Amino acid sequence: MPSLDDLKKRIKSVKSTQKITKAMKMVAAAKLRKAQENAEKGRPYSQKMQNIILNLTKSINDPLNAPKLLVGTGKDKTYLCLVLTADRGLCGGFNSNICKLAKSNFKKIISEGKELKIITVGSKGLDQIKREYGKYIIKKFSFKDKKQITFKEAEIIGKEIINLFKQNEFDKCILFFNNFKNVITQIPQAQQIIPVENNSSMDEKDTSFTYEFEPDEDEILEDLLPKNISTQIFKAFLENAASEQGSRMTAMDNATRNAGELVDKLTINYNRSRQASITKELIEIISGAESL
Amino acid sequence: MSEKFTIEIITPEKSLVKTDASEVTIPSYEGEMGILKDHIPLITFLRPGIIVIMNKDKKNYYVEEGTVEFSNNNLLVLSSTAKEVLDLEKNSLNTMISEAEKKLSTSDVSDKEKYLLSYKISTLKEINR
Repeated sequence: MPSLDDLKKRIKSVKSTQKITKAMKMVAAAKLRKAQENAEKGRPYSQKMQNIILNLTKSINDPLNAPKLLVGTGKDKTYLCLVLTADRGLCGGFNSNICKLAKSNFKKIISEGKELKIITVGSKGLDQIKREYGKYIIKKFSFKDKKQITFKEAEIIGKEIINLFKQNEFDKCILFFNNFKNVITQIPQAQQIIPVENNSSMDEKDTSFTYEFEPDEDEILEDLLPKNISTQIFKAFLENAASEQGSRMTAMDNATRNAGELVDKLTINYNRSRQASITKELIEIISGAESL
Repeated sequence: MSEKFTIEIITPEKSLVKTDASEVTIPSYEGEMGILKDHIPLITFLRPGIIVIMNKDKKNYYVEEGTVEFSNNNLLVLSSTAKEVLDLEKNSLNTMISEAEKKLSTSDVSDKEKYLLSYKISTLKEINR
């Protein structure tokens, strides 16, 4: 049985932990609002961009001469996986969920006898992946010192990917990130960005007209496709940022609650043992008096 | 007036503007382009310049690059650099001009970049006046 002093110390330490988690939750909540706003504002851009590309894809009449970024290299031998995670921990299952999804995909790719290349963004994902798949990692990015990730960072990564693609380093590129649904649900997602995935659920009707291109189709595609990749990466960044804060908020909320429960339990224990020692002393005094 | 169509300018950060317009002038890559209602479906991209939206009043937006899609009387401008001209401040304009001029004077710029930069400089100077 722990002494009264020990119990006191424990209660104090749990209480200070609770203070920290509470503060972290508040900070996350404040950041979440901003991140969520950004993610929601950024959605139209990436969606419209994807739409234009899909419309373009449909109007292409000569798929053999179309840019490789759009239709792919025609092979699927080498996969490039881009895993986006946070730079900070203490956010519940956020990082592990992405890594879990990514790892199961890696396993599939390897078991099919295909080549795997990995680029990680964010230090937490790197830590989790390098244990098992360290030898496949070809590049790592971290924007730890940046306060907020802007389109420029996404462009840096986008350019890097396009360079690799031009050097025939890979055939397909898959993006892993957490899609922000609401504060408590974030869904880890895999999105193929090279070649552009054709969503067959799109309505064919309203896109049946043909576009006038100026200057011409190829030049537009050449301009648009790299931009689209950066845009999709940027979208993933925004979704990830919102998810990270949401996930941290829920995790810290739970931690605060757990700490509260622990404090209650310890306090009861503390009071009980205090009362026991008082009772014991009383009994000693009374039985001492009786024996006289 | 029924001769109106909708225009939307979207940046990666947010949707900048969504409004009706009777005429829009865009700095397309190969020259200025005026768009009226019932234009043929069109996809093009932009060089640095000013998008002019004519409604009851005139509104100017500065862009450096972007993609334009017109379909179903809906003009969509996707640009990562779009800004309302009134929001641009004199100081930042000056630095932007000097930066662009510095870049233009370095030797390793391609013809395409030269073309774009010269437009950027002239547009910025126009705004700065």
